[in-house]
This record gives sequence, structure tokens and C-alpha cells, in this order.
Amino acid sequence: MELKAENISFSYNKKRQILKDVSLSLNSNQIIGLIGDSGSGKSTLCKIMAGYISHYKGSVTLDGNKIPDKDFYPVQLIFQHPEKTMNPKWKMKKVLNESWTPTQDLKDTFGLKDNWLTRWPNELSGGELQRFSILRALNPKTKFIIADEISTMLDAVTQVQIWDALISHCRANDIGILAVSHDPELLEVVCDDILMFNEINNL
Amino acid sequence: MGNLLEVNNLSISFTQYVQGLNRHDSKVISDLTIDVNESEIVAVLGSSGSGKSLLAHSILGILPYNSHVTGELKYKGKVLDQQLKEELRGKEICLIPQSVNFLDPLMKVSEQAIGECKDENEHNQKQIRQREIFSKYGLDESVDGLYPFELSGGMARKVLLSTALIEDPNLLIADEPTPGLDAKSVEETINDIKNLKDHGKGVLLITHEIDVALKTADRIAIFYSGYVIEINNVENFKNSDNVLHPYTKALIDALPRNGFKLTEGVQPLGEVTGCPYWENCPIRLDKCENNIPELVEHDGVMIRCFNFEGGK
Repeated sequence: MELKAENISFSYNKKRQILKDVSLSLNSNQIIGLIGDSGSGKSTLCKIMAGYISHYKGSVTLDGNKIPDKDFYPVQLIFQHPEKTMNPKWKMKKVLNESWTPTQDLKDTFGLKDNWLTRWPNELSGGELQRFSILRALNPKTKFIIADEISTMLDAVTQVQIWDALISHCRANDIGILAVSHDPELLEVVCDDILMFNEINNL
Repeated sequence: MGNLLEVNNLSISFTQYVQGLNRHDSKVISDLTIDVNESEIVAVLGSSGSGKSLLAHSILGILPYNSHVTGELKYKGKVLDQQLKEELRGKEICLIPQSVNFLDPLMKVSEQAIGECKDENEHNQKQIRQREIFSKYGLDESVDGLYPFELSGGMARKVLLSTALIEDPNLLIADEPTPGLDAKSVEETINDIKNLKDHGKGVLLITHEIDVALKTADRIAIFYSGYVIEINNVENFKNSDNVLHPYTKALIDALPRNGFKLTEGVQPLGEVTGCPYWENCPIRLDKCENNIPELVEHDGVMIRCFNFEGGK
């Protein structure tokens, strides 16, 4: 399967254009890295590709077809700050099962402890919460994962654990990953290929 | 070289209400011992959300009312009580706060950097200094009159830095000063922190970014599950051979440039009866499960592990 973004242009206001004619594509058997400075528009591109922003110019297609926005969206975005993506008044069990019910095996792979499920989001650390936000995005209908700085706030040991689990699951299930980061050393070890954001953004 | 800051056996816990009137005490920092000398940068390295910021807040005396603190803080040999904290903070001890939410939303950023002044004279002098620092960080004059909501994340962080540096403190507490900054500003921040050190000041750098700690600090304290498990000199962090604690070794081996090695296990949730790393430790002993090791010295390194006790 191929996820393709073609000639994406976008601006939040008239003063400053953020994206101009950005094109990129990735296959579901690939892990592609995207590197660039903070504030350069990487996250905006991620949001467009994951369907969070709709008023952009250009097209995002899956195997040449427009992605329907009614059904489950096959491109799932994982954010940098998991605590901002969870309902603070839901316990973790409800947060995790919102999209689907992961198997016990998969919970073990991601190191999810049973006693975390009865906690509120503010009682867990960033690393623990990020495991939940990744696992809930891995619904069987997910074809692509966009990982926007998912390990930036984590310690090095947790960073390896999270990437290891995510990559092995995605390789086994033919899910493609777009890994966005400002850390070239990290992308060097997790990705098949690395794109420079400044080079694909024609500003 | 004098001792600027001493923290002895500091523990911080919070009382929270869970379900109605049931109260629950949760311990966030346990038995933390660390010191900062003049002309020295000490980094406290731990994962985000592990409670490192509370160390900074307790030194400044700005913990919330439901916190409970035990242990001793000393500044230049004098016991740092709430009254002394209030006298010194903002003058001799300055904080670079972690979150840009620490800015006052209703005050122009230049005035926040200048802070409280006795008279117009002092204000004018500080304004000159504020302008100097702002321009050094690439904030031009149009920024002076802006309110915090008009700034980008990186700009707001630079304003936070300026508010701390304008007073020329003896002890700077930098709580995660770098995330969200572009590479050039990170460099600039690191240089500023080092510059303070060259002028005889002490810096306590609280961070989760190991690279920032490696580039700036003289000593690094590893914070794990509320405990400091090792304090080692920065040159020993080049590879995992010269650090002692198994978690510190795992941390160094996990860096992308050192092999991105996987180590299983997560930090325990809630209080443990023994060593906080017991569950995941490859070199654990029988007594580790139910006894908490003390932070002891071993060849000039402070280590909290039974394997290094008793001159072994």
C-alpha cells in the first residue's frame, strides 16, 4: 500500500505560508524519517496527512484513492505529548479501548502493566502514557502511523522500548511509519530512509 | 571551592484526595542527596514526569500547599528555611522555569524580565541589561512590548531564560531550559550556563535530555523512580564501562549512537519496599527486594546499590 501526499500547500494565516508544494510518499513496508527545525511546519504536514486539517491545497491519497473521512481513518497520528491527547476524566482502560481492544500479547509487547489500567492519566508518567497512545492507534484497520516526535520527552531506555515494540508490530503487520524528529541519530537507527523537510518544502 | 547548595535526604510527598474524603500520600522524591559547588554545573537527569521539577520548586520554596517536605536544604552553609528562600529567590538564587505557562499572561514580556524595581533609576538600568540579553537571544525591540500569547514556544523560552539571567544570580536552577528550542538557541543556552560557571557561579540543571547534560555538566546525578541512584563525573558517561549502576549502564547503551540497545522493564508505580531498580536489575541480590540501599561513596562516585557497599 502507498500513502502519497502531493503538492500540499498550507498557511494558517495570510501573513506566512508554512507549506508549499510538499510531496512525499511511503509504502506500508517502509519506515521513513522526516527531519527539520522546530517551527518549520513538520507537525502541520503530519496533521494534514492524518486528516486533522482539511482546508489545504493538494491531495493525500492511499493507493491513489482519496481517503474517506467518514469511516476509521487508516492514517493514525501519534503526538509528542500523550497527556494532551487523553480525556483526563477517563481511566486508562477506557482510554485504551476507545478505538479497539488490544490483545494481552500486544499489551505485554508494549510493557503495559495491568495495574496502570485503573489509573487516571495524570497518575502516570509520560513514558507510560505514550505506550497507551501508541497501542490504541494500532487498530487492525490502521495502515500507516505518523509518529510526530513520539519519544522526544522520554528517557533513552524508554525510547528504545517504545520504538522496538512499534517497529516489530508494524513490520509484522505491514504498517508503514513516517517518523518525525529533530534528532538525526535516532532516525538513523530506526528508519530505512530519511527526508530533509527543508528540501521537500519549496518555500 | 565552596559548597553553594547542599541537599540532604530530601523527601517530598503529596497528600491527595481520592474518592471523597479518602486521603492518599504519594511520595515523589525519596531521600535525595546532592550538592552544588561554586564554579560547578550539576545535572539531574531523569525521565519526564518523574518529579525532578519538585526539587527546583522546593529550593525556591514554591511547592503547593498539599506537599510535605522532610530533609535539609543548605545554601552557603546556612539552613535554607522558607524565610531565607523568600529573601534569596530572584536575587541570589534564580530559576528558569520549565513551562512557558510560568509567564504572566497580562504583562509585557520586557517588564517580566526586568521584574520588581525600587525606583525609576533601577528600572532604567535593568532595562538596558534586559535589552542586551534579549538581543543576544535574537529577540529584537519589537518583542519588548509583546504579551506572552503573541510569542512562539521558542521565543517564550528565551524570555524565561532572560528573566533568570538578568539578576546575575549566584545559583541558577535551570529546569528543562532547552526543549522546543532550535539547535542554535540550545547552543546559546548551553554557553550561557557554562559562562555562569566560569564566573564562579553554581548551576543545578534539571533535564531529561542526556546530550544537554553531557555537554554542560561536571557531574550528573541519575534520578530513577524518585531516588538518586548514581552521581558520577561527566567524563565517565562516554560509555557504559565507567558508570556503576545497571540502570545508568542501560541508559547509556540505549543512546542511538551507542547501539540503541533494548533493556526491558519500567519504573515501579507507587512505593517499593526495596531497591527501586530491583524488578529489572540484572545483578540483584536477595536483600535488594526488601531493603533500600543507601547512597554511598565508591571510588569518588556516589552510588545507591548493595553491590558496591562495604568496599567491594
